[in-house]
Amino acid sequence: MRVLAFIIVCLTGALLLYGTGEFPDWGDPQSPASVHLSNVYIEKALEQTQVPNLVTAVLADYRGFDTMFETAVVFCAGLACFLLLRDFREKKERYYRHTPTGVILHVKDSKKIIKVGKEFAHMDKNWVPSDLIIKSVCRILIPFIQIYALYVVAHGDFSPGGGFQGGVIFGSSLILLAISYDLKTLVRRIKEKVLGIWAAVGVLIYVGIAAICMPMGGNFLDYSVLAPLVWDPHHVRALGMLGVEIGVGIAVTAVMAIIYINIVSEGRHEEGL
Amino acid sequence: MHWPIDLIVLTFVIFCAIAAISVKDLLGTAILFGAYSFMMCLLWAVMGAVDVAFTEASVGAGVSTVFFVAAVFRTSRRTKD
Repeated sequence: MRVLAFIIVCLTGALLLYGTGEFPDWGDPQSPASVHLSNVYIEKALEQTQVPNLVTAVLADYRGFDTMFETAVVFCAGLACFLLLRDFREKKERYYRHTPTGVILHVKDSKKIIKVGKEFAHMDKNWVPSDLIIKSVCRILIPFIQIYALYVVAHGDFSPGGGFQGGVIFGSSLILLAISYDLKTLVRRIKEKVLGIWAAVGVLIYVGIAAICMPMGGNFLDYSVLAPLVWDPHHVRALGMLGVEIGVGIAVTAVMAIIYINIVSEGRHEEGL
Repeated sequence: MHWPIDLIVLTFVIFCAIAAISVKDLLGTAILFGAYSFMMCLLWAVMGAVDVAFTEASVGAGVSTVFFVAAVFRTSRRTKD
């Protein structure tokens, strides 16, 4: 069986390599994409959309449908993780640490709940909390990561970046909080419901901005008809792109946190990495 | 004069890919995938696709490595085959 699998892999690889030979050379001016499509984008994009970053112009404006359904796919990924992994059963055993003495309590009775506060702290069964240095460094680092994520989203029109990247960076700052402290810290700060609503709201912002264009007299995703609604009609398409990028960023942030929390705690949302 | 960097990084990509499928320790595989993604990110940057490089760095090398580690944490660390 292994030999058969190996032969199939080798055949597929050879086929792919054979196919690659037909590709145009890197930067070939005669390739089909460079002959018809790229010229239009390069010549017209700045003039039509007032966005210096052509990649953002193509992704969020010319091919807005593509990006909209990509956002929907990300949302579906979060939804699938939630539906497959989420486990609402209460955990029977709990561990607590008496903070002043460091004594660890193992409570087997699920009805006996110790109030967590100054005296007692939650503890995971197979996860030793990280030490002071990691906590302090991450506490200082996380706000900077989040500000950078916001910058990446807001500056997507001018420099590399955009909603997806900014959202992922913001989501990883939340994951860093869960790793450096514990999962409960993250879950306590951002409720599961809030994350779910955010993920949906992000997609709805995108679809909403696209749909508003229709009653204004344009096509779906035709930002230029929104000019009466914004303060700067000259840059209306750039502002429309910024709007959808913010929607994408919100959705991706929430979905990253949902996926991480559900995977790492087996859907219990109690203890994890 | 960017082609030597190109080839060196491409060699690293192939090494990382072969190592990732041959290592028995799944945590090591997750880290190797992170290294693979980072090398791919360098490759995109060398080719001038900065947006793709940025995405690869944040999604491939960043978050997906964390997801792999989280999945390994909740399953087993050794492969069966």
